[in-house]
Amino acid sequence: MQFDQSKCSVLKGFVTIKDGCAHVVPAAAVDLYFCSVSPGPCGGRLSTRTMLGRTLREVSAALKQGHITPTELCQKCLSIIKKTKFLNAYITVSEEVALKQAEESEKRYKKGHSLGDLDGIPIAVKDNFSTSGIETTCASNMLRGKGYVPPYNATVVQKLLDQGALLMGKTNLDEFAMGSGSTDGVFGPVKNPWSYSKQYREKRKQKSHCENEDSNWLITGGSSGGSAAAVSAFTCFAALGSDTGGSTRNPAAHCGLVGLKPSYGLVSRHGLIPLVNSMDVPGILTRCVDDAAIVLGVLAGHDPKDSTTIQDPVKPFVLPSLTDVSKLCIGIPKEYLTPELSSEVRSLWSKAANLFESEGAKVIEVSLPHTSYSIVCYHVLCTSEVASNMARFDGLEYGHRCDIDVSTEAMYAATRREGFNDVVRGRILSGNFFLLKENYENYFVKAQKVRRLIANDFVTVFNSGVDVLLTPTTLSEAVPYTEFIKEDNRTRSAQDDIFTQAANMAGLPAVSVPMALSNQGLPIGLQFIGRAFCDQELLTIARWFEKQVQFPVIQLQELMDDCSSVFENEKLASVSLKQ
Amino acid sequence: MAAPMLRLCCPGRRWALACIDGCSRHRRGAPNGCTSSRKRGQSSVAQQPFITAQKPRKGEHEWAAVVGLEIHAQISSKSKLFSGSQVHFAAPPNSLVSFFDASLPGTLPVLNRRCVEAAVMTGLALNCRINKKSLFDRKHYFYADLPAGYQITQQRLPIAVNGSLVYSFCAGKNRSQVINKTARVKQIQLEQDSGKSLHDDLRSQTLIDLNRAGVGLLEVVLEPDMSCGEEAATAVRELQLILQALGTSQANMADYEIQRQINELENGGEILNETRSFDSKLGCTIPMRDKEGKQDYRFMPEPNLPPLLLYDTESLPAGADPQQVIDIDRIREQLPELPSVTREKLVQQYGMLPEHSFTLLNEVGLLEFFQNVMKETRAEPKKVTSWVLNTLLGFLKQQNLAVSESPVTPSALAELLNLLDRKAISSSAAKQVFEELWRNEGKTPAQIVSEKKLELMQDQEALEQLCHAVMEGHPQVVMDVKKGNPRAINKLIGLVRKATLSRADPTVIKEILEKKLAS
Repeated sequence: MQFDQSKCSVLKGFVTIKDGCAHVVPAAAVDLYFCSVSPGPCGGRLSTRTMLGRTLREVSAALKQGHITPTELCQKCLSIIKKTKFLNAYITVSEEVALKQAEESEKRYKKGHSLGDLDGIPIAVKDNFSTSGIETTCASNMLRGKGYVPPYNATVVQKLLDQGALLMGKTNLDEFAMGSGSTDGVFGPVKNPWSYSKQYREKRKQKSHCENEDSNWLITGGSSGGSAAAVSAFTCFAALGSDTGGSTRNPAAHCGLVGLKPSYGLVSRHGLIPLVNSMDVPGILTRCVDDAAIVLGVLAGHDPKDSTTIQDPVKPFVLPSLTDVSKLCIGIPKEYLTPELSSEVRSLWSKAANLFESEGAKVIEVSLPHTSYSIVCYHVLCTSEVASNMARFDGLEYGHRCDIDVSTEAMYAATRREGFNDVVRGRILSGNFFLLKENYENYFVKAQKVRRLIANDFVTVFNSGVDVLLTPTTLSEAVPYTEFIKEDNRTRSAQDDIFTQAANMAGLPAVSVPMALSNQGLPIGLQFIGRAFCDQELLTIARWFEKQVQFPVIQLQELMDDCSSVFENEKLASVSLKQ
Repeated sequence: MAAPMLRLCCPGRRWALACIDGCSRHRRGAPNGCTSSRKRGQSSVAQQPFITAQKPRKGEHEWAAVVGLEIHAQISSKSKLFSGSQVHFAAPPNSLVSFFDASLPGTLPVLNRRCVEAAVMTGLALNCRINKKSLFDRKHYFYADLPAGYQITQQRLPIAVNGSLVYSFCAGKNRSQVINKTARVKQIQLEQDSGKSLHDDLRSQTLIDLNRAGVGLLEVVLEPDMSCGEEAATAVRELQLILQALGTSQANMADYEIQRQINELENGGEILNETRSFDSKLGCTIPMRDKEGKQDYRFMPEPNLPPLLLYDTESLPAGADPQQVIDIDRIREQLPELPSVTREKLVQQYGMLPEHSFTLLNEVGLLEFFQNVMKETRAEPKKVTSWVLNTLLGFLKQQNLAVSESPVTPSALAELLNLLDRKAISSSAAKQVFEELWRNEGKTPAQIVSEKKLELMQDQEALEQLCHAVMEGHPQVVMDVKKGNPRAINKLIGLVRKATLSRADPTVIKEILEKKLAS
């Protein structure tokens, strides 16, 4: 491996971390991914590289204890970002900003005035959150055209920065977050880091029909695929996604991460460029449940700029350790057992149920009778709000504007035709159809009524004593890109959101936790859905589960081996990696 | 204030819809104002006075005018309805525009408490039912000065409904008979104003100023209960006075606009049998394009604003943060005196003619001027009313000045009226003093009187000598009087007055003359 050895020698003594997190990186994996730790002068110390594979909580402890500095950490992440550029996880890498933030963080640590757990921690933000001074594109020509640079930070971004987090960059997505593959953005698809993992490659070799390795890369899921890939490939320790129908949980499941969709109203949407205002929630992608709780603790709370956030003060998100699950009642919604569900996911799901049961929890089958109407109902509500939200992109105030100036109307039409892709235009068209006076009652109002029924389904189940629902997150593990694009965006979105979007309809907190690898060596996640505003309880249960299943860490050394030679030459890398 | 809508309605088979449109932004109209009110022959409409400007064609029904109004009043507030930008007139273009006003993606509306209070207050003053829960909606249309592509309004469940606006006017021979009328208030809704488009025809460009975009408006929807333009104009005027009294809207941002609309409404009873919109540039009504009339606004609930909840003393949650809740009963307690009550009081307190009370209120600041004069003078209220309404207002009108611009202060007028009251000067001298005051040379009435020697001659002896001299000088007239011509004495009085430079009281002169003639 061709790492910069000078950095490798920055050793500052042992890292002592309380093992509060189940997701500990096995030493072997760290060695494999990075490089064998050359023993420092004192011997046995960990290098900065080994830090990268660790969880946010662990690295935060290392920063506090001075085993590593924010600048070292930042530079390391930047180098990984460069090395994994072909994943297409980032649209914008804010290298200068991150290094400057790291410098400031370092000063604070030197003075012993760290801002908290996130001080000096590299994070990434989905490119549909407004970032002051940093271009924000939504992966759309509409905003990229003129290089839209927001003059303000989204509240969640500001909160992370206020805690001293380092903003590494803006991550890729489906255009305006409309999609479930991270394949339909103007910057091209995001590649799933697991495509290059040792776990997956070994399985493929066994199956001998290994044709062209590179053309068989997998999708990340979406629409927050860039954020998922960024965390999964160790370029940062946490990333913000957005979740409207499953856009955080779906890629989390495909990339072996924890993906949290908080309760609607718990986290501010101010600055999140909306898809569906009544369902959008900023999502959190991390390597373990504890990390998600730390980030949620920073983000949660009332925002005077978002009237839909709850007024009640939010308590800090310290997860109590849960050892006894015997008082828990886990609900298994029978409607989620669909024929499309892959047998592997299905068997893992029942394995998880058995796990709870064997530890004394009460596991019962429950019914959410209106589940089957959820997708079509979501389609009507989503497209209607999309039609409305997209109306502001007219080429006048910001973003792309076409050259046509015959009339204002002609300018609007051409601007919007050029600025939006087919998926966005299609949704605008159907949304406007549903909102027409003659259709409003038959579509929009009906869909709202069905939404109410779906929300009531959950209320009924939770009122019956169920603490948390356990469901699959996705139908199957991640599929190859070539496979994925055989169906159009609409079909894919409808299929892939099937288990996730009901939680958005009802505003409930939900988290996807990676459980195990499939036969192909790819991650499979399961979803927990909790009571509204019981995010802490939900995460406590998720953490217990995480500890039981001991999901393996992604082993990316093959990727690094394969690419190490080309990585040395940036130009060559960009040629060989463009497919 | 703008966009009254006229609805003409025929009791028979045919109906007409007329829309006089105010500012440019309302050319898009509002759908709920465009609904036709088609009534049959026996309906109440038939009993309403007909507008006969258009002669009915043979064999057809007569036309009755029914006027409904949608009035947009800008709320007096420091900041906009959903953003923190300031509200100001005549600020440099695009200097009062927040990220939200410019519809930057990701920005969200935050409701301005002051605007809600203004709406509740207006609702209470117009006898409305205040909805304890109201909702916001998006109304979509593409227009260059509407940055978000939709306007946030209250279509489904507005903040106040089912009220009434009582307005009165004077009628009869001497306009002494006060007629009270009531127009039902359908609803009051909160909504955003749009920006301004300035068309540069020379360069075929449109310039956009977003300073006004997002300013809070109260839309007051009046049912078509008015039967002619004059009624509608009076109703609008009364509403304006109410809003000003409440302080919820200055309602003077466009006195010109109101006056124009009032004029338009007064002519408006005439022959508007198609949907027309008022073009402020051409200064006339033009037929509205079909397309605009049929525009589908694709209303949708505003998902970023939770339902607006209001409370009264009973429903107020215990321990609620007063900054976060609005108590309708508290607002009710703070309601100021409404114009109808003020007028009633003027009539009671000063024995004023009702029509005078109307005039006093209709001119901005005139009532206050009157009351300030009253505070400082011993003159009869009737005299003060006459001076304020005839002399002062006459001078103001002649020079097209507002009351606040009057060169004569209430104190000066009060002092002048005091001089008149204690007969220190004559009425005609008082007029002269007023004219001097109007020139505004910084002199008090007393100074003017002494400089111009306008005091009444109090010296009886001197006056008798003058009378004597006049009689001596005009023996023919004296003869006439003595021959029994009663009018001849007036000539003598006039001559004496002239000799005194109008400084003598004519009654005193008459007394002296009569005495001398009789002797």
